[in-house]
Amino acid sequence: MTTGAVYALIALGLTLIYGVLHIINFAHGAALMVALYAVYLLKAHLGIDPYLALPIVVPGMFGLGYALQRGIINRAGHGKDEYILLVTLGISIVLENLALLVFKSDTRTIETPYTLTTVAIGPAMIALPKLVAFAGALATSAVLLLILTRTDLGRAIRAVAKEKHGAKLMGIDVDHVYALCFGIGLACLGAAACFLLPVYYVNPQVGAGFVPVAFTIVVLGGMGSFGGALAGGLLIGVVESLGGLYLGESLGQIGIFAVFIGVLLFRPQGLFGAKA
Amino acid sequence: MKDLAAITAFAAAVGGLTLTLDSGVWLTFIMMALYASLLAQSWNMLGGYGGQFSFGHALFFGTGAYVQAIAQSTLGWNAWLAFLGAVAAATCVAAFVGALTFRYGLKGSYFALVTLAFAEVFRILAVSVDFTGGGVGLMLPLRESFANMQFASRRGYIGLVLGFVVAAMLVTSWLRHSRFGAQLQAVRDNEDAARAIGVDPWSVKLGAITLSAAFMGAGGAFYVQVFQYIDPGLAFGPVSSVEALVAAIVGGMGTLWGPVLGAAVLHLLGEFTRNLFGQLPGLNMIVYGSVLVLIVMFVPRGLSGAGRSLRDVLRGRRG
Amino acid sequence: MCCEGAVAEPLLSLSSLSIAFGGLRAVQDVSLQVAPGTLTALIGPNGAGKTTLFALMSGFLEPDAGTVRFDGHDITGQPPHLNARAGMTRTFQVVQPFAAQTVRENIAVGAHLREPRRAAALAAAESIARRVGLAPLLDKPAGDLTVAGRKRLELARALATRPKLLLLDEVLAGLNPQEIEDMIPIVRAIVHGEASSGLPGGVTVLMIEHVMQAVMNLAEHVWVLAQGQLIAAGTPAEVTNDDLVIEAYLGHGTAARLRGAAR
Repeated sequence: MTTGAVYALIALGLTLIYGVLHIINFAHGAALMVALYAVYLLKAHLGIDPYLALPIVVPGMFGLGYALQRGIINRAGHGKDEYILLVTLGISIVLENLALLVFKSDTRTIETPYTLTTVAIGPAMIALPKLVAFAGALATSAVLLLILTRTDLGRAIRAVAKEKHGAKLMGIDVDHVYALCFGIGLACLGAAACFLLPVYYVNPQVGAGFVPVAFTIVVLGGMGSFGGALAGGLLIGVVESLGGLYLGESLGQIGIFAVFIGVLLFRPQGLFGAKA
Repeated sequence: MKDLAAITAFAAAVGGLTLTLDSGVWLTFIMMALYASLLAQSWNMLGGYGGQFSFGHALFFGTGAYVQAIAQSTLGWNAWLAFLGAVAAATCVAAFVGALTFRYGLKGSYFALVTLAFAEVFRILAVSVDFTGGGVGLMLPLRESFANMQFASRRGYIGLVLGFVVAAMLVTSWLRHSRFGAQLQAVRDNEDAARAIGVDPWSVKLGAITLSAAFMGAGGAFYVQVFQYIDPGLAFGPVSSVEALVAAIVGGMGTLWGPVLGAAVLHLLGEFTRNLFGQLPGLNMIVYGSVLVLIVMFVPRGLSGAGRSLRDVLRGRRG
Repeated sequence: MCCEGAVAEPLLSLSSLSIAFGGLRAVQDVSLQVAPGTLTALIGPNGAGKTTLFALMSGFLEPDAGTVRFDGHDITGQPPHLNARAGMTRTFQVVQPFAAQTVRENIAVGAHLREPRRAAALAAAESIARRVGLAPLLDKPAGDLTVAGRKRLELARALATRPKLLLLDEVLAGLNPQEIEDMIPIVRAIVHGEASSGLPGGVTVLMIEHVMQAVMNLAEHVWVLAQGQLIAAGTPAEVTNDDLVIEAYLGHGTAARLRGAAR
């Protein structure tokens, strides 16, 4: 269940980027990895608790996302989908292998004073960090949705997503909005990382573990549908736990891929979304 | 035909170079650059000429590699027979994936994603199943002989891979001068217009992916013979997919010489960085990834495309 | 000819064709026929559903109801490439060249429908290019052409498929008056042949057109579509005098107003 909420948060960022910029961000997994390493380093070398690191990591990831989109993806993409695809792939390759270079392939975890604390919810004993991750992920998603629906910025973003040229004519700086969205998408990853690391681990390949699930959620929920992404995330979280329980980890993973391929082939508009 | 002459000249030049050079370093370089060209040329058939960008070409590479390894070592087949099996297997996998994805009209990012997903599925399968050696992988026993497709010196391997590269170039040349190739490029440039004038996109794309997979499978089989070892990560992991696509793009997609040029340039770059920084993990891929971004940003038509633009300018054809 | 006095079956016959997108009924119960060897126009105000009708005919869309008969066969819902092979080729309102390829290569793809050999297809491409006046541009990349050039290329490429029926979607749109004047005889020659250009004629043409000059000049028969429905049919003169047609273009009550003003 926790993982479901975190998946949902990751998928939300991906959905935002796809819904507005209409690009599939291949670098999403690598960016999550970068965020996880940031949280790790802050704890391991500066002793900053992951939850307290939120105000550092989230804006930091936002800045990274903004810079990447404005500085590289926008310029390298030349507006063509194929090129943008290649550029995000290139970025993901560079990020993953930089991490490999710097950190080697060791898996690292962090120790916090509450790692082993459990809380009683009804009849079950739930680990505190998992509970915090669940609540935190949901809260962040809620904040994101609020921003999108209630603020001027959100309105601008939705305008650009729907009709780029019209938005430009209205005086909206589309390039800026694009970069903002990319930044927000990566900021979601920053939040997710803060909630995730206490109950998970980090290594250079960690992004690859989340990417297929995130993408599956996005296509399941319907590319560009936020509600769908949320629902999809929770659904997948449940499916994964059950799948892992009955099929073992590897085959469970294949299950996710099978769903992914199946949805893309047979119902590309997802369960909730409308055809783009 | 101009192409044939150029290809022959190229083969002769490489052959001559191989026979005269003695340095192990250079011979290894030529071998690895040719190997990379093979991968790139394969990707180019589907990506450059077909316009379908596969991010999971390792799917075909790994299939070829494993079938070669299993047939040769576990089943005891003759190496060349195993090779045919490897190529056939890769082609069959491509036929399946292609028939499915193109039937449902997957394009662009979705196609790239699906190819990646398939490659990952095969990787996980390879780890979980016994006859592939699981996560440990398979080793090919060393038995140098022509019949066994293992050579005492690099020269033998270079001859082998050069043969594959020339074959790939001949096929690419055929794509440039045939009805099938014309129809494939039409689908790439504008699928609806192609349909309106009688081209069946599904069958044309299917043809392209199977051709491409055959050569990628050959690359995988070759890899196994050279390194005598294969495991799920090497077979289906991102390295061969990335090498294939970056080299093709850097050199120039949709051209005859682009992949070869790109492979050579990337390997030179790799050597250069290795000399500067030493053998560091992930360094090669960092170079590949950065070059990919830079090329797409500044020279999207690749080096040979840029060369052609330059030549046009000099000949006064532009401006 | 077997039966004197019998009416030859039309080359193209649409029966009660309908399609709706969501709540919008784009084409409603349209039935029309096109006789072989004729030049027929399909006109109507913007948004009438003309291009949708073309898409239905050529197989790019599947109708919700109704049938399409071509050359004696029911081809309803058959994919476009099979329709092209059967002899029905369509062009697009927004021209779709293979931008990176040369004019010659573009037309050759069309020629390849009937001609498997590369050299022969390229030769056929060159010959067709000459006939429609594209000869000087044969080796230019299609992306470098002007709108007029691209329209001609689209036409040439479609002709290369040796169609029985050519569906031309606004082939004159975006052309200046001189270019239109240059294009009209070419379209006429496609149907009726013309010695000097070497076009043999014999192709049936159904054209969507807004340029009335062309419709009056070229069309032997006109169908009028408005809001997805056929509202009139006849010769160009008949149709342009029809009240319903005038009102479809100029608004309700216009016909009466015009008559009133004329008295």
